[in-house]
Parts: sequence; structure tokens; C-alpha cells
Amino acid sequence: MVRVTHWLTVISFVALLVTGAEIVISHPRFYWGETGNVNMRPLFSLHIPSSRDTVPTGYGYVMPDQNGWSRYLHFEAAWVLVLTALFYGISSLWNGHFRRDLVPRRRDWTWRSIRGVMAKSFRRAKKDDGADSYNVVQRTTYLGVIFVLFPLVIWTGLALSPGFNAAFPYAVDVLGGRQSARTIHFFISGLLVIFLVVHVGMIILAGFVSRMRAMITGRVAVPEEARIKEHA
Amino acid sequence: MSLSRRKLILGGIAASAGVSGLAVADRLAKRYGLVPPDCRGIYGPGETLTYAAQRLLTTHAMAREFPRSMISKKPFANETAPPNDAFKKHQAAGFADWRLAVDGMVARPTSLSLGEIKSFATKSQVTEVACEEGWSYVAEWIGTRLSDVLHETGVLPQARYVVYFSIEPPWWESIDMADALHPQTLLTWGMNDGDLPVGFGGPLRMRVPRQLGYKSVKYITRITVTDSLKGFGKGLGSASPEAGYAWYAGI
Repeated sequence: MVRVTHWLTVISFVALLVTGAEIVISHPRFYWGETGNVNMRPLFSLHIPSSRDTVPTGYGYVMPDQNGWSRYLHFEAAWVLVLTALFYGISSLWNGHFRRDLVPRRRDWTWRSIRGVMAKSFRRAKKDDGADSYNVVQRTTYLGVIFVLFPLVIWTGLALSPGFNAAFPYAVDVLGGRQSARTIHFFISGLLVIFLVVHVGMIILAGFVSRMRAMITGRVAVPEEARIKEHA
Repeated sequence: MSLSRRKLILGGIAASAGVSGLAVADRLAKRYGLVPPDCRGIYGPGETLTYAAQRLLTTHAMAREFPRSMISKKPFANETAPPNDAFKKHQAAGFADWRLAVDGMVARPTSLSLGEIKSFATKSQVTEVACEEGWSYVAEWIGTRLSDVLHETGVLPQARYVVYFSIEPPWWESIDMADALHPQTLLTWGMNDGDLPVGFGGPLRMRVPRQLGYKSVKYITRITVTDSLKGFGKGLGSASPEAGYAWYAGI
């Protein structure tokens, strides 16, 4: 269940990332507040070419317009992500996955223990450690991604929908307006990309093949030493 | 052995329950108008979920209105194409002969001059135009409720969509009756206390503030009431899906 929802999330997140980047190209300028357009000063601009000739970018050419299918796919992938997240969230509460695997153990919730995890990972000691359970840093990060970043990115995305905003105006007003919501949506996406890079990086450090096999089949190759201990 | 058989039976029951559940959902969705005209193809499921969810949640919701102090000092006109000859002729004549045809499933098809449109109750709203590209501005929009015109011409009970056409040929759109009869959907002829400038769609623009800017078609000359979008263009609902964009733009 955790594995199926993980891979569904991977597929939809990659689709959201690619199409989201594509949509940004049609207006690579970001603003703060309710409104923003090329007649207004942006908060910041990305120095990339645009798919619209109405946007001054400094480049002498216009990229092809891919917004049609990008928007279709962005929202379809968002549905997959949200439905997967609901399924994952409800079943994880039900079967204790959150409590058992993700909420940091109280005794680990100390600077000493966090420092220990960091030091160990920088020294790349004992590769097999943690194959059966997440350490305190992993637990905290996963909880942050699941309960902070993903809800925020969904919320700020919904706050860009004029239909949704008509029904739930506070959802966009408390973010400071439509353009603020768009800018926050962009930054949260950036944080999720950083998580993705570190996450994949850790997997490579921990042994890409074995970790991929674990996440696909659910079987962990247990080192001989540990196996003997288990039987003892 | 027996376990795998039980699994098989349970799986079979779950699958058939799922399929019949989908079939029931499909029938209910069709009956209550929750299926958009561009529901086919690989993006159909997402599009249908979005449209159905928004129709269930937002049918009567009002687009956010803003204080006049928030009206954008520098709105962006986004002129897309140079006007064609027919438009230029009207422009040269000061739009004196501009008319809006109202036909299709109405008891009294008609053609209205700008003066006749303005003779209905004047409505104004300060709402935001948000483009699918990401930019936006707030303006005061002054006009006539589309619902007032539809009621005056006697819209028939089987009507499900209103199709509207720009004088610029490939530009046409359609909305369902929830948006067509919505009090904020305006046949707009004024902006920020003045006439509606040509750049912003003057002399007559359809404003649908609960959807993105591309549904607010400029230079409207005809609206047609219908119970099916099959006979219009490629049957996808509007020019947008024909160009690869979603018909429903509430998101």
C-alpha cells in the first residue's frame, strides 16, 4: 500500500513538475499581492525565454505554446496525487504506518540523536543501518513533506482556480492574493524538488539497486549478520 | 489454495462493484450536467473530475469582488490579433451599427443594438481577469446581465449551453447554464467608469468572472442557446479544445 501510493505519487509528481515548469514559461514573472501583469513591476523574473511574445524577456525569440496539454495534464495529475494522498492518509492512520514508521520516537527527538544521524550519514558508515526502520531525520523530513509541503502546494494551487476561489474566497485571501498564491506555489514546488534531489541522492548513497528493489517488491535484503542475530 | 480462491472471489466482487459504481456515476453525471464536452481522450478523466467537482461545489458561488481602490492602474489588454476588416468598418462608424444576434433555443430570437442592450438594468462589478498564463488585473466591468437578455428572449427549458461568437472568426466559446444564468456573467460594454476600450473587448465583451480570461471573449456579435454542443465546430464545446485547451476554465 505504501509502495503503490509511493509510485503513483512519483508518476503524478513528475507530471506536475514538467507541466508546471512548462506553464511557468508562458509567464516567467512572479508578483506579490492580488494582481500582476507585464505592465507591473514583478517581485522577480526568471531569466528564461517565454512562450508568449507579450512578455519582455530580453530573448529575441518565442518558445512554442504548450500550455493546452500542460494544463490538462497538470490538473489530471493533481487529481491522481490528491486521490492517492487521501487513500494513503486514511489507510496510514488506520494501519498505524504514521505512528509506527514516521512519527519520531520520543527518545530520538534530541539534538544528540539528530547529530548522530547526520554524522553517521556524512561518514557514510554502516550502509545497511536503517533498512528496517527510518531514523529521526528521515521521519521528520517525510512528515514535513507529507503534512506540510504537499498540503501547501495543493492549497496554493487550488487558490489559482477562479471557480474554487469563488466558493472559498478565504483560501486565496489569507495567502495575500492570487499572485502571492502563485509565487508561494512556485517556491513550495522548489522545496519539493530539493526534497526529491536529496531523496534520490540518499538512495544512490544507500545502494540504488537494493533500495529500489525494496521499494518495488517490499523485500529487504537482510545482511547475514543480522539474520543470524534474528534467529538467535 | 482456498485463500487465493477467496481473494479471487473478493477481487471479482470488488471489480464488478467498481464497474457498476462507475456506470451509476456516469449516468448521474450525465443527468446532472457534470460531464464537459471535451470529456474524451487521455485528459478526459481529469477534466471531468474538475468540472464535476466544481459544479457540485461552486454552482451558486460568487466570484470575488474587490473594493474600487484595488482597480489596477495599469491593466493589460492582451490584444491577440489585428482586427479584421469587418471589425475595422464598425470601428470607423463608432460601433453605431454593432448588433448582437440571440438565437437557438429561445422563444423569440432577436437582434439587439448596443443601445437596446444598454436599456436593460445596468450592472457593474469589480472583478479580476486571470489569464491561464498566470498574469491578472482587477477592473470595474459595466454591462448587462446575460441572464436578463436570455429571460427577455424566452430561453427554453431544455437549454443547456450558451454559445457565443466573436466577430473575429475562429474565436467562439460556450458556457453551461450555471454560468450563463449566473448574476456576474455580463455582456460588458463599459470599464472603469467609461466605454469598454477596444483593447479590452469593446464594444461588447462576454465577461465570465468565475472562469479564466479566455472564456471572456471579445467583440461578441452572436449568442446561440442550445441543448447540445455537438453541432458546433468539432463538437468539443468551443474553439479552445480545438486548439488543445480545456473547455472548462474554472481552474
